[in-house]
Amino acid sequence: MKRYNIRMAGIGGQGVVTASHVMSNGVIIAGGESTLVPFFGSEKRMAPVESYVRVAEGRIFEIGEIIYPNVIMIFHTQVITHGKSYTMPFYSGLKDEGVVLINSEKPLELEPDQARELREKKAKVFYIPASKLAAEVAGTELATNMAMAGAVAAVIGLPDLISLEQSVKERFLGKGFVVSGGTASLDNVIEKKFGKKVELIQKNMDVVKAAHKYAVDHKWNDLSVAETAALAAAGR
Amino acid sequence: MAEGLQTEVKTNPQGDVITATEAPKAKEKENKAAKQRVVTPEYLFFEAPRTKTFITGSEAAKEAIRRANVDIAISYPITPQSETMQQVGYLYAEGYLKDYYRGEEEYGVMSAVAGASRAGVRALTATAGPGLMRGMEVITSWPGGRMPLLLLVVCRVINAPLAIQPDNVELSYLLNSGVIVFHAENQQDFYDFPLKAYMISEKCEVTLPVAVAVDGFFVTHARGWVELPPDDIKLPPRECYHEAVPMMDNENPPARLSRDAPIQKSNFISYQMHASWQQEIWAAQDRARPWIKKYMGGLIEVVNPGAETMIVASGSAVSQSREAVRQAGEKGDTIGLVKIRSLRPFPTQELIEACRHAKRIIVPEFNCVGWMAKEVRSALFGQTKAEIVPGPRVFGGMSMPTELILEYLYKTPNEARMTTKPLTV
Repeated sequence: MKRYNIRMAGIGGQGVVTASHVMSNGVIIAGGESTLVPFFGSEKRMAPVESYVRVAEGRIFEIGEIIYPNVIMIFHTQVITHGKSYTMPFYSGLKDEGVVLINSEKPLELEPDQARELREKKAKVFYIPASKLAAEVAGTELATNMAMAGAVAAVIGLPDLISLEQSVKERFLGKGFVVSGGTASLDNVIEKKFGKKVELIQKNMDVVKAAHKYAVDHKWNDLSVAETAALAAAGR
Repeated sequence: MAEGLQTEVKTNPQGDVITATEAPKAKEKENKAAKQRVVTPEYLFFEAPRTKTFITGSEAAKEAIRRANVDIAISYPITPQSETMQQVGYLYAEGYLKDYYRGEEEYGVMSAVAGASRAGVRALTATAGPGLMRGMEVITSWPGGRMPLLLLVVCRVINAPLAIQPDNVELSYLLNSGVIVFHAENQQDFYDFPLKAYMISEKCEVTLPVAVAVDGFFVTHARGWVELPPDDIKLPPRECYHEAVPMMDNENPPARLSRDAPIQKSNFISYQMHASWQQEIWAAQDRARPWIKKYMGGLIEVVNPGAETMIVASGSAVSQSREAVRQAGEKGDTIGLVKIRSLRPFPTQELIEACRHAKRIIVPEFNCVGWMAKEVRSALFGQTKAEIVPGPRVFGGMSMPTELILEYLYKTPNEARMTTKPLTV
């Protein structure tokens, strides 16, 4: 039975918390269990944001922050390069052979100590050009979070694409979805940009699918195959 | 500044976007509240069909209060409790409560709910961490006043360096106040316990205030599965003339306590009166036990009874322990778990029974002082040969990683303290 503890880190305005809701709800739609805990200070653009998501095919008992994640998602390179994070270094607590998914077009120049520690943990580090995919497919980097959700769903196999699509729909068509002030105003901007909700949902789904395909094409979903390549990337 | 936004976006005078869940229009909801019918506690608790919903702890508390036939709620904001009483405010807007207002600060709020309780109505308030400490002077006077009411305690750090995260050291101050204290583990408990607390609180032989504590944010602000009965039923109203102390009205003077305060007469009679008064409070706590068993299924819950290693915990520490028990189970090890639902009255006899076979007892806690370990040790003193390990503990509102509990399960405490790396599981 699959069971993953995911820590998402990004910066304000990227939709980290939204991605975690979409992901979490997708797993529940697929018949699994999921809980999430968002974590941020004052809501503002470019400020650190974290969200902790537990997904499982069985019962989830634990609550609260995830101190030792299996999967870490970095939505913005500034989390690493500028230290915009509540958890430093970005991989702290990562379990051995855990996955790190970083939104970047090319591998980062990590500090030697960081590269060594990632090697010691046998971490699988994947670089996904999430913002680029979002810009190409949806015409806006605001869909970066959808790309990250699509990619991680491919890597861990939870949730399946159909459930994820349903979750994206529910997120925007909503059934009493409680959002914060910042998220609500951003939603408004996004909706205006796309004109119609239907179009918005379609574009978001296209990004999810594109990122999912990107991950599958790179065989990130087959962790044994991906390991060698990932280790090489981490060892730069 | 709002020119990029559509015109229907509402802002407050500072220009911030007003969002969150707006209180539904009173007009359309008013009827729904008025149409609620009173059912027996037994029906509401055990017989009514339940629907599974995925809601936050604060929303779960709201659903409890919706069905609790509460007359008045008095609030004062403090993180992370504010959202809970905000939800109750919506209930007032929908017509489920007769009165609701914001007090001046916690001392005033705790005094005001005491007044409401003495007047004979079903009263509610909630607070968190530092707010509980501020209200504590008044709270310790409630039991002596024999005031049935409900206090929701959303635990947060109280000690410096200050934080808003869920550390539950504040509960140690509440334990000796005479207030009945339940500790909710999750969203489901935070729905169930308040309703049951009211019924227990108002029993004639109990007539005491009840606090339902929960760990902040990770329960109140996170979603979990909650099974809810329909919202068109509610508890019977408070029957204030059936309680141990007559209500304050123009005919009945209040409890003698407030008319002839014994503290003003230093003589043998007043000391004896004080002693009997206090004994009566703790006797009333004991008399709550059968009702806790009846309504809450016991003061404790035991997982894997008879195991050689037992974890004893309350609140969120139970959730983390359940996962540790599950992971140990995957390795083929049976670890027992005692969830303590009622901190006051404390389940001394139940604990002795549940730990009879234990060789090792581990007490994980979300605070620095280890009040639960002290409770467990004094309850089991002379009753067990088991090693009682006072830990693991996390501080300042950190979540307890399951890995930490597993370390204590698989290593001796000294080894666990020396290690810096988590056990790979």
